[in-house]
This record gives sequence, C-alpha cells and structure tokens, in this order.
Amino acid sequence: MADRFKSVDDVVERLRTVDYLADPNIAGVVYLADRLEKPILVEGPAGVGKTELAKALGDVTGARLIRLQCYEGLDESKALYEWNYKKQLLRIQADREHETSWAEVESDIFSEPFLLTRPLLEAIRAEEPIVLLIDEVDRVEIETEALLLEVLSDFQVSIPELGTIAGKQRPLVVMTSNNTRELSEALKRRCLYLHLDYPDLEREKDIVRVRVPEVDDELAEQVARVVRSVRQLELKKAPSISETIDWARTLLYLGKNEIDPDVIGETLHVLLKYQSDIAKARKELQVEGGPLPARSSAGP
Amino acid sequence: MHHVNPAKLDDAMSRFGPADAPPAGDRESMLDVLQGFIHELRAAGLPVSMTENLDAMRAVEHVDIGERDAFKAALGATLVKHHHHWRAFETVFDVYFSLHAAGVGEEGEDTEGFDLESMEAMRAQGGGAMGEVSPEELAQMLLQALTSMDREQLRRLAGMAVDRFAGMEPGRPVGGTYYLYRTLRQLDFDGLTARMMGQAREQGDVGDGDLAERLAQEEFQARLQQLKELVEAEIRRRLVADRGAEAMARTLRKPLPEDVDFMHASREEMLALQRAIYPLTRALAARLAQRRRRRNRGHLDFRSTVRHSLSYGGVPAEPKFRHPRPSRPEIMVVADISGSVASFARFTLQFVYAMASQFSKVRSWVFIDGIDEVTRFFQESDDIGEAVHRVNTEADVVWVDGHSDYGHAFEVFHEHHYKEVTPKTSIILLGDARNNYHASQNWVLKELQQRARHLYWLNPEPRGYWDTGDSIISEFGIYCDGVYECRNLRQLEQFVTTVVEG
Repeated sequence: MADRFKSVDDVVERLRTVDYLADPNIAGVVYLADRLEKPILVEGPAGVGKTELAKALGDVTGARLIRLQCYEGLDESKALYEWNYKKQLLRIQADREHETSWAEVESDIFSEPFLLTRPLLEAIRAEEPIVLLIDEVDRVEIETEALLLEVLSDFQVSIPELGTIAGKQRPLVVMTSNNTRELSEALKRRCLYLHLDYPDLEREKDIVRVRVPEVDDELAEQVARVVRSVRQLELKKAPSISETIDWARTLLYLGKNEIDPDVIGETLHVLLKYQSDIAKARKELQVEGGPLPARSSAGP
Repeated sequence: MHHVNPAKLDDAMSRFGPADAPPAGDRESMLDVLQGFIHELRAAGLPVSMTENLDAMRAVEHVDIGERDAFKAALGATLVKHHHHWRAFETVFDVYFSLHAAGVGEEGEDTEGFDLESMEAMRAQGGGAMGEVSPEELAQMLLQALTSMDREQLRRLAGMAVDRFAGMEPGRPVGGTYYLYRTLRQLDFDGLTARMMGQAREQGDVGDGDLAERLAQEEFQARLQQLKELVEAEIRRRLVADRGAEAMARTLRKPLPEDVDFMHASREEMLALQRAIYPLTRALAARLAQRRRRRNRGHLDFRSTVRHSLSYGGVPAEPKFRHPRPSRPEIMVVADISGSVASFARFTLQFVYAMASQFSKVRSWVFIDGIDEVTRFFQESDDIGEAVHRVNTEADVVWVDGHSDYGHAFEVFHEHHYKEVTPKTSIILLGDARNNYHASQNWVLKELQQRARHLYWLNPEPRGYWDTGDSIISEFGIYCDGVYECRNLRQLEQFVTTVVEG
C-alpha cells in the first residue's frame, strides 16, 4: 500500500494546490489507485485534462514524471530498452587490431554503457518516487499492449544479458486513451477505469477562474455558459477545456469584460477548429463575424 | 484472495442496504447485495469478469462508504470499463444503493422516509402534511429553490411533488416512466421556465438580445433537468422500496447503445445514436488505416538501405522498406428510404459518409419506387447531418405511388449507371427487400455482381423475418456477395470493416 493520499478529500485538496480541480469521481479513482496499486486508465475526448491529471499527480506527490508517448509502431526497443548496436558495432570494429577474446568483447558490449534505457525501464529502475504516464495507449498495436501488461503486472523486466531488474517501488501509473480503438479486455481488466468528460457548468467556471485568475466571476460564468451552449450543438469537434481557457485569455487580452454577440463572432475560432463548426455555431447562436478562414485548420 | 473487512461491510449495509435485505450486523448481507448488484450488471449486458468482481470487493474496503460519490467511483472504476456502459451502471447503482441515500437532510429519514401504507392513508384522508401545500404554493417554493439552486430544498420538494402528483400504488407493475410522466405534467416545466425567465428579466439578470435570452433559457433548462433527475430518483427509490431492487432493475433494463435496434429506437435513443456515430467512425477509420498499412509491409528499398549502411562502414545494419500506398475501394450506396426503413438508411448513409476518407470515392442513391442520386447533397455541404436531412426532404424518389419497388429502382439504376460500375467498385444495397409484390428484376443484381468488385446487401430486419410476407430477400440475395443482418451500430461497424478490408 503506497499511502500517498490520506483520504479522498485529501486528493481533492492537494490537487487543488496545483490548480487541478478534481471532481469526486476523479478523486475517488485516484485514491483507489493509490490504495490498490493499480494503474488508472483515463479515457475521454481530447482536451479534458487526461494528461494534465498525471502531471498534477506528479506535482502533488513530489514525484518525477516519466512519460511514454505511444505511437503506432512503438515496440519493445522504444518502450523498454535497447542495446545501442551502433555503438556496439563501432566497439567491435575498433577492437579489430587488438587481440581480445570474444568473451571479453561480449561482456563488454552487453554492459551498462551500451544499454539505452527507454521510459518503462527507467521507471522500473527509478530510485526516487515517480509517476509513470503512458500517453495515448490506444495508438499502439495489440502486441505492444501485451508488453505493457507484462511490465505493469509485475513491475519488473528480464534482460537476458543482465538478469532480472525488479522495481523498488510501485509508482502511480496513469494511462490515457483517446479511444481511437477499443483496448483489449486484458488491459482494461488490470486497470481502474476513469472516464473524463467535459465538465459541468460549475466546474468549468471554477477551472477558468483558477487558470485565468484575472477573469472575474461574472465573465467566467458567461464564458462557461457560452461554451456549454456551443457544446450542445452537433459539432465535429466540441471545444475542450483548454480551448475554453484559451478563449477566456483571448477575451482578457482584448479587454472585454462582457460577452456580446460581436465578440463571440470574432473570437469563435479560438473555441472551434473546423470551418463548418464555426459556421454552424454562428448560425445557431446568431452572432456575426468576419470572413471565415479559407481552409479549416487542424487543432493544435 | 482478499478478505473483505466485515466491519466496513456492516457499516455499508446499515447505510445502503435495500429494504428487503436483513438488517446490519450480517457481513454476508453486504456481500450478497454486491453480488446481486454485479449479477444485475451482467444481466444488463456489462461484461464483468471474475477479477473485476474481486477488485470491486477490495475497492469498497478502502472507501468510506458513507460517502456516496466515493463509493460509486470505487464500484464504477472497477466494474465499468466502457464509457457507454456508464448509464446502465448508474441506473443499476441507483436501484441498489439509493434507498437510504446520503444527504437526506437533518430531519433524518423519517420525514423523508417512505412508507407506502402511510402514504396511502394520507391520500385517503385527502390531506396530511403534504396535503396542506397547494399546487400553487408548491410551484412557488420550487421557483424559489430553482432560483437559488438549493439542492436540499429541491430534493425535499421533489419528494412532495411525487407524493402529490405521481399517484403511486403499491404492487402495481408499471415502470417509473409512467409516474415520472404524471408528476412532470403537473409540475409544468414550460410554465416554470417562463416564470424563471420573467423573474430574471425583472431583476435585470438577462442581457439584451437573442444570445442572452438563449443562454438564460439554457441555464433554466439545465436546472429543471436537475429537478427532473431528483424526481426520477425519488420515484425509483419508492419503487425499489415497494418491489425490491431485483425486480426493479429488471424493469429498467435497457439495451446498451450499440445494441439499440435502428427500426425501433425511441427519439432519445435516436439522438444518442446520432451522437455515437461520429466518434465511432473516427475510431474505425483510424483502426482500418492502421491495419491496412500493416498488412502490407512493403519490399526492401535497396537504395535507402545502402545509403544508411554508410554510417556503419558499409554494413547494411538497418534494412529500409518501401511502404506501398494501398488502394481504397470506391463505394456506391443504394438505399431504400421508404417509411419502414428510413431511419436505418439515414444512419447508414451518415456512417458511410463519415467514413468517406477511407474510400476513394463515395456515391449514393436513394429510392422508394423512383430513384435519385443524392451524392450532390453530400458534396455541397460539410455537414453530413444537414445533407442527410436534405436527402430526406429533397430527393425525388416517388415514381408511381410511393410504395417500395426495388425492381423498378434497380432497373433505372442499371440503365443510367451500369457503365460507371468498375471492378474497383463495391456496391452496398440497403433495405428490407419488401417489394410490395412487384417484380424483383434481380437480373440487374446478377449483372452488377459480375461487373463490380463486391455487391453487398444490408437488411435492417431480424433474420427471422426474412422472406416472410412480401420480403424477397433471397431472390436478391443469390446474386450478392453477402447479405447481412444490420440492426444496430455493432453490426453496422462490423460490416464496414469487411468492406474496407475487402
């Protein structure tokens, strides 16, 4: 039992100190993850604070964040460890002139200096407390998922030339997924599942106030209301929390203390990233705006 | 194996156990409740494994069970691993653990508490505590509570409203929806919205213009939605007290979103399906693109390999491959949009166009007894929903009487578009093949099949109904590469996977 947090309330309060507002569900799952020593699998639309959660957890527990960014084609050598074979090759070539026995060469080139540590091995070998973030785990292939399973269940790894390396501690593990594919049941079974969705009005307002302290209560309320309204439309991509925050900042820079239709029309492109979405929102909210950008740009 | 702490469970029991469970003090009882709960989740279609079952047991040891949110989070995180199962989970959770819900208020459970008999008696006397409040007074109190958003007060008022308006009778085997409807009708949400609006305007809380109006309106609706949920919870609580959790959960069981039947979806389910389509197609597209790339690893790129070998003194240590660009199929969709299968056609069109990036070209036709190409609607608009709407309203599909005539539609299609079908084309036909006893003209399909890469038929009817009455699916089916039953999103998704890979 790791006991990083005393209670569910403790989770909420401490996350608040790093400006992460956890709702009861988030806090409950984080607390359990700590007690049961299980990884958290966070799913949800882009930009609702999945990665942010891991970072915040690192901050409040005073742990180092180790991040494994997943992508298609990620394999053992990129996730776990790899022998630096280019360096090994050079070493062998450099040895050609000298008389060295094979055993010597072998023990030499399969030693620490030739080992490239990748995030998972780094996490296992870490002495200090860490939070391991496995980002966008839905992007890897099923085979790689199996590798993750193995590492996560025992938190140790066997390197044939070096032996088994076991983790000294159980770090908090956070996996995020954008749900571009269904993860395997085996992986899901081993995790605590947390679905993050767009926040409700109150929470979004609080988030705006915390993240952009210069915004006053009234403007935050208005921002949250407009965003809620926009999210109810049928859009290709609904505004994320980060976009809400960007929007609040934009309004601030423009020196607006109040939201009127003109302001919305002019700044809607901060919230929405598709041309058709912007057009639709303008029509529905009955706001005017300048000409649309020539081509819809992709999100950041 | 983990042992469950009996003291904690007793504690849980005393706060949450359903009415028919034995009183606290019995450790087995909480285990039973949890097992019953998990059993019900499985019955509702959630895949809960043995491991997850044990995890849930361990998890509830760690939470202070008096905190409902934490308790729910613990069960949710261990038992529910798919977001779209969450609603089903919530319903079952409410049924099993709502009886002595936390936060009832200082008066304790007796005033709020529920006793069908005494309620009956109260109604018989035409009065009692609740009887003294007139509907007008209740509305006034509601208005106040809604304005200040006092949740405690709202909860109490929801209880009153149910007492007064739902007319619940013990033992009556109706679902909660009936009582909910009766209560809500009396509460008059439209009237409440209008009054809140008026009040807000008087106090100058609503700015000028349509936008301010809209935002205020939405805010009030959101508050009323909360009230509605409270009323629903209250009704559910009483029903559980009356009939027991198990029976109640059984009545409330609903198909999971991926299993909702296109042809019999309620309005609400339709909206949920609409919303589900876009994310689903995006996920599917990503998956298919990935699989297609991987299926063909490509052959050795000699030049690149040699170039890279230079950095290792000429040793080709890092072989390089050339990745082929796989060809994408061309799709033609021909859909029956007569009344019975219209919603199915709509979903499928929406689905196919949302997947358009996976195909080199998508063209579509709709028919009833006449046929019309509708590709233009999708080209003119970025918004698939709007295009589908235009298909429904503007396409010219009636030839004689507006009853499905597959034969004629296919003939016309053959006449105008046969030449455009190429060996790269996959044709997808949508419909229930209920031909109103017209001629099938299935020679058209025979010729199309020979010319096209694939010819598929999707039928939204259950397989058992095929070839009954005026359905002649087999007559068409013999010339198709596949006839698929397609009644829900799950089946549709499976089918699209086959097409892209085929």
